[in-house]
Amino acid sequence: MPSRTERPRRVIVEQGGPLLVEGPVEVELADGSLATSRRFMVALCTCRRSRTYPWCDTSHRRRTKPEQQTPDQETPDAQTPDQETP
Amino acid sequence: MSEPEPQLPAARGALSGAVWDALLGGRPPHPLPSPPSLDGHDPYGDDLQLALYLLYELHYRGFDGVPDDREWDPDLLALRRLLEDRFLSALRTDVPPHPDAGQALDGLLAEPTGHDTTGVSHHLQRDGELWQFREYAAVRSLYHLKEADPHTWVIPRLRGRAKAGMVAVEFDEFGAGRADEIHARLFADLMRDLGLNTDYGHYLEATPAEALATVNLMSLFGLHRALRGALVGHFATVEVTSSPGSRRLATALRRLGAEATAQRFYDEHVEADAVHEQVVRHEVVGGLLADEPYLEADIAFGVHATGFLEDRLAAHLLGAWRQGQSALRVPLNDETTLSPR
Repeated sequence: MPSRTERPRRVIVEQGGPLLVEGPVEVELADGSLATSRRFMVALCTCRRSRTYPWCDTSHRRRTKPEQQTPDQETPDAQTPDQETP
Repeated sequence: MSEPEPQLPAARGALSGAVWDALLGGRPPHPLPSPPSLDGHDPYGDDLQLALYLLYELHYRGFDGVPDDREWDPDLLALRRLLEDRFLSALRTDVPPHPDAGQALDGLLAEPTGHDTTGVSHHLQRDGELWQFREYAAVRSLYHLKEADPHTWVIPRLRGRAKAGMVAVEFDEFGAGRADEIHARLFADLMRDLGLNTDYGHYLEATPAEALATVNLMSLFGLHRALRGALVGHFATVEVTSSPGSRRLATALRRLGAEATAQRFYDEHVEADAVHEQVVRHEVVGGLLADEPYLEADIAFGVHATGFLEDRLAAHLLGAWRQGQSALRVPLNDETTLSPR
């Protein structure tokens, strides 16, 4: 899906998920730093839970209790998608 | 850099033995087993799955000492068809019919809140040991060293949105024009860092039937135009589940002290597949359903058959590891291990 000069760049809003933007994309973050992705399509995090912000890492997904799981305190990572730094 | 030709692994029974003889001896696999005689063979067992794997591999890279034109040998194709029928009919029996592709994919979009004791990536993230991760990488290498290859076969069978979306995602899988970023290459880098052999097909001998079946499924769906819906369902399943799974595996590698290059394969998949998931669901699945709505049940079948075989593989790996045993047919030699860090 290469962007064409005669067509405006399209941004797709995914309900409950990321914004999809045709790449490549540069994002200027609040602290002034730049994040760059050269992918043909870029998924921008809107839930703010991504550990690869500003890119989506699917942390927006709904959570379900699996049939077999151990208590949450034994899960250092899976339960807390916004606490680990990559 | 030239790589040695893949070697034929040892046969695991009468069917794989017949294929072995036919490939190396140049003889047709006579007499061809008839369907009733195949009924006694476990459709998911080592013998049938290896026989199928050997025949499928002729369409990828072949084997040392086997002429390339055996790929289209009518006797071998006839045998392959019998094996495929046995495998596919078992899957159709074990995976209940499911008419709704959207529902099938929605089911994959929920992540468990805690530690899922049935998930391999959950296990490796929290409790996995280095030798288990090395076994996991060895088993997965059968696919990851040809990552995205089986799915390219569907391209001429798609149109419009589905084709454009499929090709865009595959372009990313193949490094977006850069050889050193082909995902199969990133996986070879990971294997090297774990002290594994990166030659294509090297771990075929060691790989159990449960893992062969997951790769055979892709070849089956990819090679048959009639199964294009199932192939798309398979691809969607991989892309939807990959991102969170890759997150857990990247975490496991960090915890185990692996090199940054080893982590890169999974880090790349966290970000790439968050995008691919969207493109595959909206453009590839959505586009195919708009073009050929009657394929919906096949797409759902592809999703569920993939999950069914992945669950069997997970049960096998975790079952062995929990007893402190190798999940491979040939345990990895441990002459090369990560240096303690």
